[in-house]
Amino acid sequence: MSAVPDDLRYSKEHEWVRLEGDTATIGITHFAQEQLGDVVFVELPEKSASVRQFASLGVVESVKAASDIYSPISGEVIERNVKVIEKPELVNTSPYEQGWLVKVKLADKGEINKLLSAQDYRAHIGETAGAGGD
Amino acid sequence: MTTDAALRRTPLYPEHLRLGARMVPFAGYEMPIQYAGIVAEHRAVREAAGLFDLSHMGEFHFDGAGAVAAVDRLVSSDIAGLEVGQARYGLLCNEKGTIVDDVISYRTARDHVLMVVNAANVEKDEAHVRKHLPKDVAFADRSADTALIAIQGPRAADILAKVAGGSVAALQPFGVKSTRAAGAEATIARTGYTGEDGFEIFVDNADAVQVWQALLVAGRADAIVPVGLGARDTLRLEARFSLYGNDIDETTGPIEAGLGWTCKLDKDFVGRDAVAKQKADGPKRRIVGLVVEGGVARHGHDVTSDGKVVGKVTSGTFGPTVAQNIALAYVPTELSKVGTALAVRIRDKDVPATVVKTPFYRRAA
Repeated sequence: MSAVPDDLRYSKEHEWVRLEGDTATIGITHFAQEQLGDVVFVELPEKSASVRQFASLGVVESVKAASDIYSPISGEVIERNVKVIEKPELVNTSPYEQGWLVKVKLADKGEINKLLSAQDYRAHIGETAGAGGD
Repeated sequence: MTTDAALRRTPLYPEHLRLGARMVPFAGYEMPIQYAGIVAEHRAVREAAGLFDLSHMGEFHFDGAGAVAAVDRLVSSDIAGLEVGQARYGLLCNEKGTIVDDVISYRTARDHVLMVVNAANVEKDEAHVRKHLPKDVAFADRSADTALIAIQGPRAADILAKVAGGSVAALQPFGVKSTRAAGAEATIARTGYTGEDGFEIFVDNADAVQVWQALLVAGRADAIVPVGLGARDTLRLEARFSLYGNDIDETTGPIEAGLGWTCKLDKDFVGRDAVAKQKADGPKRRIVGLVVEGGVARHGHDVTSDGKVVGKVTSGTFGPTVAQNIALAYVPTELSKVGTALAVRIRDKDVPATVVKTPFYRRAA
């Protein structure tokens, strides 16, 4: 599995979006789960909650600390991943597939343009990895 | 990179980098927080063996005819009663009866005591100790020259026997002896901070790498892994060992901290009268174990009862072995009974928590 799949869009805060019609599936990236370490708890919005682009979506807790997750896109939550609530380690073992967090009905397709392509996200984490750290 | 020129490195620093550790600042040192991952490292210690670099810890040496008596007067527990080759956990208290540090004192010879103190407290402890030290006892802080390696887990004794000889396997819990390990002079004690069987090995800095590498090689068949501070914290919390700076400090007394058992009140020690009074009066608050349903409690979170803040979490994490969110918290004595329903305020939400018996984890006998 690629660490940054080509067919997704990304936020600078390390969330990913998969678009299918007007449905967006949201998760956190391989890079993000690696930085977090073992995920032990996931807090997600309820079904039919509205989320706003770049506003809080929920919280992912690793053994070490809690991290806020921001919604990469605005819309209404149509499904939350019950499996990932029961088995939070799916975020680590399968960040782009079984470890997805919520599905959102898009409010504004134009917001996609504010997200990074896979290529841009690779450059972004290249920078982060070089300049950041703990 | 966070590069802080003031951060110190242990002699094992290059080994940590080679093993792929993520390094973080801790108590003035650059220390490994994790290698493969906290949960995997935690499980390795519970099921097989793990290797820890604890060289940041402080080592005080007390020498002279009055050494044992002097440490006995400093530490809350019975040091005068230690045989040569025995160690004991105890507290350094101040005159107010609050906790300056928690330490292990090792009687390694008739007139010699080794005291291991927390890294962050070395300077403070030295000042405290010197205030109460008689003239006939020589004190030396050898923290900077001493490396400390811990091997912990059910396979630890067999692995260590391969590099230090079979006699280490005969050490009793809290036993200590001077011997050789991987060709180096070593002081080896059957002590630890994980809730598993295990050993702590004191060597000169110059010998640290060879002992570390020899243990990794000797433990290969048992799948020994290096373990960082992250899993050290989850292991100690499951076993309900106090962490200085989190669960205990100079605002907490031994009785409320659940450490009354370390205080031998029928002897004299610094802070004895204040501790005796705490015991006689009964503490207004007590540290308790909590299991939290639906969120991870962390240090500093409020504990609530019927929506009212009644206490504070001092340590909290997900316990990989107990598979629950566990925490230690100070709560009013009347709310400290096992089974009491409380809550922890996590991100403005009161998440249900129950007072439980500790330790959260106890290894099978």
